[in-house]
Amino acid sequence: MTTETEMSLYVLILAVPLGLQLVQRVSPLLHTPLMSLTNAISAISVVGAILVAGAQGATKLSQVLGCVAVVASTINIVSGFLITDRMLKMFRKKDK
Amino acid sequence: MIEQIWQVAYIFAALSIIGSIKWLSSPATARQGVMAGQVGMLFAVVGTLLRAEVVDYQWILISIFIGAAIGAPLAYLMPMTAVPQLTALSHAFGALAAALVGTAEYYRQTPTGFTMTALVIETVLGYLTFTASIMAFGKLQEIVPTRPITYKGQNFVNIALLIFAVALGVWMIVEPAPSWVFPTFTGLSLLFGVLLIIPIGGGDMPTVIALLNSYAGAACAAMGFALSNRLLIIAGALNAASGFILSVIMCKAMNRSFLNVLFGAFGQVQEGASTAMSTKPVHSATAEDAAAIMAGARKIIVVPGYGMAVAQAQHKLRELTDALTKRGVEVRFAIHPVAGRMPGHMNVLLAEADIPYDKMHEMEEINPDFAEADVALVIGANDVVNPAARHDTASPIFGMPILDVDKAHTVMVIKRSMNPGFAGIDNELYYMDRTLMLFGDAKSFVSDIVKELPAT
Repeated sequence: MTTETEMSLYVLILAVPLGLQLVQRVSPLLHTPLMSLTNAISAISVVGAILVAGAQGATKLSQVLGCVAVVASTINIVSGFLITDRMLKMFRKKDK
Repeated sequence: MIEQIWQVAYIFAALSIIGSIKWLSSPATARQGVMAGQVGMLFAVVGTLLRAEVVDYQWILISIFIGAAIGAPLAYLMPMTAVPQLTALSHAFGALAAALVGTAEYYRQTPTGFTMTALVIETVLGYLTFTASIMAFGKLQEIVPTRPITYKGQNFVNIALLIFAVALGVWMIVEPAPSWVFPTFTGLSLLFGVLLIIPIGGGDMPTVIALLNSYAGAACAAMGFALSNRLLIIAGALNAASGFILSVIMCKAMNRSFLNVLFGAFGQVQEGASTAMSTKPVHSATAEDAAAIMAGARKIIVVPGYGMAVAQAQHKLRELTDALTKRGVEVRFAIHPVAGRMPGHMNVLLAEADIPYDKMHEMEEINPDFAEADVALVIGANDVVNPAARHDTASPIFGMPILDVDKAHTVMVIKRSMNPGFAGIDNELYYMDRTLMLFGDAKSFVSDIVKELPAT
């Protein structure tokens, strides 16, 4: 196993319990915004898409696949963040 | 130094993303959380564009522009009742992106060993989440029939298909040369996603969406391993954990196991358990009667279900709440975890109608208070208030946690008719002596109650 892989596994081992902890603290009141926010965050796969689409000496195939992936993940990012904010704006505590 | 700037950007991106979920824990800081998430994403994208490997910008920027041009109107035009559909659609796009990146990477470097294993996991999860999310979107939007579609030997076919796909995956890890194997593997993953959702009923969609959320995160984390990109691993792991917890909560709220949701085909016509009681008499009441009782009450608990949202009664409900609060009546809302079409959906629908969130209460929190409530008003909810879940071992919903509406002094149920609900289970609550059935459309009935409230 390479050091790279080992490091990545350590990151995973730490990130999963951190995620479980963080999410368990979110009030059920906000579960829908939580889901749309994490949904937007998971579209960070746009990073991989950019690397594939813009790489030096990329073949036509990986350019096309990469660009479609960039479009798809950007849709996911933009709609995810915007709808989350739109929902959260509506949550207010007391009467005006 | 300048070549390494992307690494700094990634570290800031990871911090922002962790902070964003942390801030989401309370409504007071939640919007700050969204802001942090956006900043994190910006760091990630800009950092990636600055990497030396990326040389071709033109098409990437055009693609980002196209994506934003499609994504923004989606988010602004969807009504709040359609948030579950939008989320499913978003999952589909995100998962497709992960799968395509996996495919491109496979053909670019034909990796081996560990990287290939990660790539196989990324691709299978990506493609199956893509089609499964499209199917879930179809069921929520009611383009695809919402009832479970089942046939003989279905589970056998699904499991055989999955085993075949996994076998192909293992083969590619051992022998990664490009051949017919990868396209077949892709096809099987896509097909499996469709078959996975077909037997699942509309009522189970909250669990399914949460599960797909988890898969999308896992695909993203797998991509992180394939590309040795730790930012992707962190973001993917957070997302996978979140989806997993939410689906566990949903399963608990329905007293069912994962396997039961995925293979149980709930929501089919239930035989036997239902029709026995339906000839019993019920007490019905008019809006005037209901208004008189409510005006004299001290504490009222409203139990909204998805039927309320379908009837678009939430704004009228807000008027009723205001009118009663002005008279000194305490009005609160009891929200079952599966009220609505995704976790927490009902809270969003009520918030949209301007109902303050400190009046919305979770099931465990408010259940002890029903005994002291003068009126429990049930609107568009059925199974989640059925006392049979507590004592009738023959009932299909036995063991499901419910809101203890039947303990209230007076129970009022707004309902179109005596037809049993979605799951086809009769509800003994309707036949109690303390229950008043208010027959009619939820929106117009609530508005009639508001009109009939005696002047102060």
